[in-house]
Amino acid sequence: MADSILEVKDLRTSFFTDDGEVPAVDGITFSVKEGEILGLVGESGCGKSVTSLSIMGLLPSPPGKIVGGQILYKGEDISHAKESRMRKLRGNDIAMIFQEPMTSLNPVFTIGEQLTEAIRLHKKMPKKDLEARAVDLLKMVGLPRARELLKEYPHELSGGMRQRVMIAIAMSCDPKVLIADEPTTALDVTIQAQILDLMAKLNRETHTAIILITHDLGVVAQVCKRVVVMYAGKVVEQGDVRDIFNHPEHPYTEGLIRSIPDLFSKKDTLYTIKGSVPKPGSIKKGCLFAPRCPYVMDKCRTAEPELTGDRHKSRCFLHREDA
Amino acid sequence: MLSYSIKRLLMLIPVLIGMTLIVFGIIHAIPGNPAQTILGTKATPEAIHNLNQALGLDQPWYIQYFTYLKNIFSGNLGTSIQDNMPIAREIWPHLAATIELSFVAMVIAVVVGINAGIISAWKQNSALDYSAMILALIGVSMPIFWLGLLEQWLFSVKLNWLPSIGRLDIVSTVRPITNLYLIDTLIEGQFSQFWMVVRHLILPAIALATIPTAIIARMTRSSMLEVLKSDYIRTTKAKGERMGLIVYKYALKNAFIPILTVIGLQTGLMLGGAILTETIFGWPGIGLYVYNAIQYRDYPVIQSGILVIAFLFVMVNFVTDLLYGLIDPRIKYR
Repeated sequence: MADSILEVKDLRTSFFTDDGEVPAVDGITFSVKEGEILGLVGESGCGKSVTSLSIMGLLPSPPGKIVGGQILYKGEDISHAKESRMRKLRGNDIAMIFQEPMTSLNPVFTIGEQLTEAIRLHKKMPKKDLEARAVDLLKMVGLPRARELLKEYPHELSGGMRQRVMIAIAMSCDPKVLIADEPTTALDVTIQAQILDLMAKLNRETHTAIILITHDLGVVAQVCKRVVVMYAGKVVEQGDVRDIFNHPEHPYTEGLIRSIPDLFSKKDTLYTIKGSVPKPGSIKKGCLFAPRCPYVMDKCRTAEPELTGDRHKSRCFLHREDA
Repeated sequence: MLSYSIKRLLMLIPVLIGMTLIVFGIIHAIPGNPAQTILGTKATPEAIHNLNQALGLDQPWYIQYFTYLKNIFSGNLGTSIQDNMPIAREIWPHLAATIELSFVAMVIAVVVGINAGIISAWKQNSALDYSAMILALIGVSMPIFWLGLLEQWLFSVKLNWLPSIGRLDIVSTVRPITNLYLIDTLIEGQFSQFWMVVRHLILPAIALATIPTAIIARMTRSSMLEVLKSDYIRTTKAKGERMGLIVYKYALKNAFIPILTVIGLQTGLMLGGAILTETIFGWPGIGLYVYNAIQYRDYPVIQSGILVIAFLFVMVNFVTDLLYGLIDPRIKYR
């Protein structure tokens, strides 16, 4: 098995507000192996984006702060690295694409300027090679008229095209890890599939590891090998995609799988998980999912289960002998 | 960009026509007979009749208006009543004095205001931010005439560092070529004269720049704060760009549209409304020229002065519009 390129160990990220400390990410652990696609799944507000911003060192600070744990990139702890060190890693070793392609590109600079920015920052490259590289990148992400596009502005492009440009920017320095934070959420379904295919293709060709953050298990099933399911700032289940889809151990994962729309289902309404993610820090005792869990037991309200298991881990009393 | 500029240029035409109509109307808005007003109460009916004829006031108003337009286009702005000189020739040195003063003041306001606003936004809620914004608040609230007097008292009277009055020392002269003395002295290679012109500019320019500096600083701060929170700035950070470059290059260009609006408006105001500063510092600019004309009831001068000031205001706004198009590529398509 390939080595881990990025390891997150017991990461805790909190926001310090007027109401006190709010733990957005509460001790999560996972690792990404070289060249793999890892899915990071959960509802809005479960700490997925905070996790990715913590890795990038881009937390809005204040109020956000990493209060514990480690983030190991090639064995180096970058959770409290100096800003100058992070600047060298960002864009070059670890790149990121965002949810909102419509607003993630700078409206007053050309595509070419924005595409070559990271290369100019991290790689020494003669000016004439720079343009050739930019054209290659645009072709790589499947954009037509690459040379003309370089001189155009973001508002002249559609959402799907902009997300392709964002991917080209992220890939411009051949990063080892690409964090994709809900890259398809804002796009049409057909475009979504294209973008996912593109990311899978880039992963195969460049061997860049991808952390695909999404709330959509369907997306995960399409491209990921392994998946980490997050709930309320904690990992509740992780393992191979196939295991998790076939034998979900945590009721939350089960709920997520059941809520994927099925074309051939005869039912009129979609399955939903009742309630919503609790406000971080609002549940002090017991399992965080207990208030929404269909299988809730007395024990769940008093004690919090640990994350157990070997390749397929879960945080639930349901599948334990001692339950 | 070209079609955008042409469109803007065409839009100037109705504005300029409206402007001339209003200025033309001023002479007719004066109660009673203009000739009577000009000549005073002791004028003979014959003199009034002659003046009416000379001014063309016996013609119907539309004929008068077209004569007026024709005169403007041929560069004839009328004759001053005070000294019987053609206004077109008389007005330029005054205008040049105002342009020079406004330009220097605006450079100060833009450089200081934008930087103060940027640093405030960058270091939001820091001591630096608070002190810059308190200074800006004092700046907007400061009455110019009072600030001018304070400056003169401190730097001219107490410290004797800088002159307090006029464009030049009393004994010296500059051969007027453009009437912009900074340029004239440089053309002639008179560097000591140039330095004297600079020294005369400092105090009035600072007084004139105070309010615009404060307004620009506040506008820059709020516009910048918004841009710094945007997704595309996060993207730039994710590329590993330095904060300094992010702020001054990638964020500033986005934040600049509202700042430019303020700069344009303030420049327009300066060119026309520097009367207070010009009066306090004895600066022979267009404000002082019109102010004196008002005291002498020199209506042709008032009329032409207002016309020139309004024209400058319109042109400044036109240039501002063109700059919008240069900064924001989306504007051309609206």
